[in-house]
Amino acid sequence: MLEDVGNLFHGFAVVVQPFNLVLMVVGIVLGVIVGVLPGLGGANGVAILLPLTFSMSPTSAIIMLSCIYWGALFGGAITSILFNIPGEPWSVATTFDGYPMAQQGKAGEALTAAFTSSFVGALFAVIMITLVAPLVANFALRFGPPEIFSVYFLAFCSFVGLSKEPPFKTVASMMLGFGLGAVGLDQVTGQLRLTFGVEQMLNGFDFLIAVIGLFGIGEILLTMEEGLAFRGTAAKINPTVVLQTWALLPKFWLLSLRSCLIGCWMGISPAGATPASFMSYGIAKRISKNGHKFGTGQIEGVVAPETAAHAAGTSALLPMISLGVPGSPTAAVLLGGLLIWGLQPGPLLFTEQKDFVWGLIASMYMGNIVGLLIVLTCVPLFASILRIPFSVIAPIIMVMCAIGAYTVHNNTFDVVMMLVFGVAGYFMKKTNYPLAPMVLAIVLGDKAEESFRQSLLASQGGLNVFWSNGLVSTIMTLGLIALFWPIIQAGFTRMRGAGGLRAT
Amino acid sequence: MSDTTNESGGTGPSHRGVEVGVALFMALLALIGIYGSFKVGVGWGDSGPRAGFFPFYVCLAILVSCAVNLTKVFLTADDGEIFAEWSQLRQVGAVVLPTAVYVALVPYLGIYVSSALLIAAFMRWFGRYHWVTSIALAVGVVVLTFLMFEMWFLVPLPKGPLESYLGY
Repeated sequence: MLEDVGNLFHGFAVVVQPFNLVLMVVGIVLGVIVGVLPGLGGANGVAILLPLTFSMSPTSAIIMLSCIYWGALFGGAITSILFNIPGEPWSVATTFDGYPMAQQGKAGEALTAAFTSSFVGALFAVIMITLVAPLVANFALRFGPPEIFSVYFLAFCSFVGLSKEPPFKTVASMMLGFGLGAVGLDQVTGQLRLTFGVEQMLNGFDFLIAVIGLFGIGEILLTMEEGLAFRGTAAKINPTVVLQTWALLPKFWLLSLRSCLIGCWMGISPAGATPASFMSYGIAKRISKNGHKFGTGQIEGVVAPETAAHAAGTSALLPMISLGVPGSPTAAVLLGGLLIWGLQPGPLLFTEQKDFVWGLIASMYMGNIVGLLIVLTCVPLFASILRIPFSVIAPIIMVMCAIGAYTVHNNTFDVVMMLVFGVAGYFMKKTNYPLAPMVLAIVLGDKAEESFRQSLLASQGGLNVFWSNGLVSTIMTLGLIALFWPIIQAGFTRMRGAGGLRAT
Repeated sequence: MSDTTNESGGTGPSHRGVEVGVALFMALLALIGIYGSFKVGVGWGDSGPRAGFFPFYVCLAILVSCAVNLTKVFLTADDGEIFAEWSQLRQVGAVVLPTAVYVALVPYLGIYVSSALLIAAFMRWFGRYHWVTSIALAVGVVVLTFLMFEMWFLVPLPKGPLESYLGY
């Protein structure tokens, strides 16, 4: 433990180098802008800017990218509160009480509450990561291919069983992702598969293109349905309001703590930040004395979802760096970035790339502090971005997406694929096919398949290798439980219903 | 796809129709995948599962899921819900079409010229700005982007005849 504290301070030393500090500020500003604009959400923004970091050292690059991530987390709250437009899926719950507050002229309070809650949630999660990640990594060093596959299995099953979308749509989406990820060169046998002789398919479908298309273009197309107007309330934050709100907030420490825990728990599982924010809002509403007033502008209705969402968004990085399994689409993009830089996410990262890992963790602390300062001071600036007419900003967003798509492999075919993914994303979102499992499957497909095949090779084709020892059996069983959770839950409800007790 | 009306009075293609379409399209992709998997072999080779093994079962799972989804669609009563109003789809199409043209032009005109055209077109047709404003802003943004990417980031982007004429 003591050694880890030392590592953390070493990480801070890496982070406060002038170049990295500049990158941090740039990253946060870019991230907030990205979070405020529709179509350039967290995952998409990171995906577009990823190729630009190829010329930097991995440590600097991940610092900037993760700061973009924080910025986007903060930025989503701005549009939710001021414009009733959730900048990110996890900011939807913030609109419930945030927008009414703004309409009542309490925008400054709402924004301060949101930003501060986000900061608290993220900080909680980062401290948790600092303490837990090395332990998990240590533990995971003992994983062989069957164990690694079982962790992927658990992640994918959690998506199917625990998400709110119909399970077979989640399965279809995920399997499609695996299929797309399988196109191209097969790593084990060296054969080309599913390319049908089309030369541009040699490299397969890059997850970055999928992300930019699905989350970026798709999002814009969805926004187009609603027309082109952003009607919003003006926002000014003056220091008095900030201090007054800060005086108010400690009253809600229990609410904060609860939300942090919910957020961390959901963030680590692939469920992610969105369910965390909704769950936290729902529970706060039920427990609070003012619960019946939620939806009319209660400050708790802003604190709860924002704390949980940021705690979740941050803790999604824990399984990514320690196990190599991302807990959210943005974490998946960051993971992809790590792979591109030649780093092996997972337990070995802690032993072989100490500078990188602890630099990243240290930047999480600093990034959050700097981020809080920046958003508190610059909100009117960021809000005014949305006043730029849509007809000007939409094509600019398209151009940025196209540039992002091109710079991945210097391939204009990818730009075409981006549009294809965009239209696909539009249709999928409207018909309730979840996109996150598909992205995760494209990113992890090859690795999951590799560990699957290695396990089978070692066992000469027997599937019992996945139940060969206590550890892997436990994880596989957890996966199966997650997969069939809705059925299990229904069973419990029926049992309890028969006994006359109301299930929650 | 059948036209049905929603509560607010707009008409559009029915939601069920689109759901069926999406499921069928996915099934089609899965069938293509299965065909492709057979080409590289789906069984066991001497070094473990062959290249087509994994994709084959994945596509099979897609087919099963699509079958389930299709069944669900047909089993639930048609509540007349529409996918989107025609006017909404028109607006979406109004974005997709120019973008498709833009994407097709990029390999030939380079990304800078194409982007300028896209921005100008959007501003003129959607925003109804004056020709001069549209072109001025479009060119301005593109020149800024050019400076950012070519000079500062040193990331080369696809260029077309105009740039080679100017000596880049």
